[in-house]
Amino acid sequence: MSVFGKDEAAIGKFAASLPLPEFPPCSFNTPKPLHAAKVAIVTTAALHQEGGGFELGDSDYHYETLPSSARNLKLGHHSVNFDRGGFAADINVVYPIDRLEELADSGVIGGVSENHYAFAGNQSATVSEIRLDSGPQCAQAMLEDGVDIVLLTGT
Amino acid sequence: MCTLAHVFEAAGLSTIVLTPLRPVAERMGVPRTLYTDFPLGQSLGKPRDKAFQSEVLLAAFDLLKESEGPVIRDFPIRISATDNEPLQCALPPRMDAELPPAVDEAQALKAAYDRAFEKSNKTSIGMRISAEEVPDALAKFVKIVEGEHWEDVGFTAESLYGTAHDVRCYYEELACELAEGPIAPWATEEWFYDQTEAGEIILKARRVMRDKEVAQSVWFGLAPAGRA
Repeated sequence: MSVFGKDEAAIGKFAASLPLPEFPPCSFNTPKPLHAAKVAIVTTAALHQEGGGFELGDSDYHYETLPSSARNLKLGHHSVNFDRGGFAADINVVYPIDRLEELADSGVIGGVSENHYAFAGNQSATVSEIRLDSGPQCAQAMLEDGVDIVLLTGT
Repeated sequence: MCTLAHVFEAAGLSTIVLTPLRPVAERMGVPRTLYTDFPLGQSLGKPRDKAFQSEVLLAAFDLLKESEGPVIRDFPIRISATDNEPLQCALPPRMDAELPPAVDEAQALKAAYDRAFEKSNKTSIGMRISAEEVPDALAKFVKIVEGEHWEDVGFTAESLYGTAHDVRCYYEELACELAEGPIAPWATEEWFYDQTEAGEIILKARRVMRDKEVAQSVWFGLAPAGRA
């Protein structure tokens, strides 16, 4: 029996059969030119600083704010079936903050947001909380930060 | 992640999702998706490879040139979760023959952990215990293997899971400091369970609890599903 997290066939089967919420035809916003746009990262890797964190289970829908300067981040995705080695070696493999700053320095993107955001990946089946509560709140926070583009990464 | 993309676009932001789960992005009609056929947990593909990570980001940002969506593009390079070089990471010799091997090993590796922490200024240890408590935690697993009841050695169901998490983090983080060469997907997990005394004692404790018919919910999470 193979380890679940390494079993690509099992993961594919899981992804194909996962019950998913339905959305109306999606909004699709065209941002300002990339070289003038401010970029934020939102990750569902449950990243947090010391003192923050997420509850086990699927009922924690809050988000954590990650200041752009923070590198002392903890990986809150605790599943034993998850490979944490990449993050242990380099946070950028989950949270590419240093790569974004390099792209800003070289003028490819306009800037990097002062804040980034993390949610837990494991949410309720209806995802109603992040649709109606914490997700819109996070969007508002990014709009107030002047963010144009959101890069979403998971685990 | 796909839900949040919809929420953020509805609020007026432009989004790009990096995901290895193409079917989920397709079914949810995510506005912009870069399908990255990388192992879970490796959104940018390769740790410590700046050029590769930048290539992934530029491919993601290129999606912004599309005038309408939903749109999914495939990143052209695939990374396997299984077809990788094992971690090259030496373990210390026995230092104190009076101690159980796992406890001795964890103590001997503390300096490497400290170097890793000093260099990265981050650790994911702390779900239940600190790095300093790892040897004592392993001594508890030794006692379980020797026949003591898991609650009598000081664990609860919650602390057992969190402690195993922290022990594995301790080893995986220091392995990234000691390892020669790149950190391949699952390489630290395989090194921990297959090569270290700590991983072996946790697997043994898990088997002992299983054989004593302890509730599966207590012992199952001590190692990934599929490990014996």
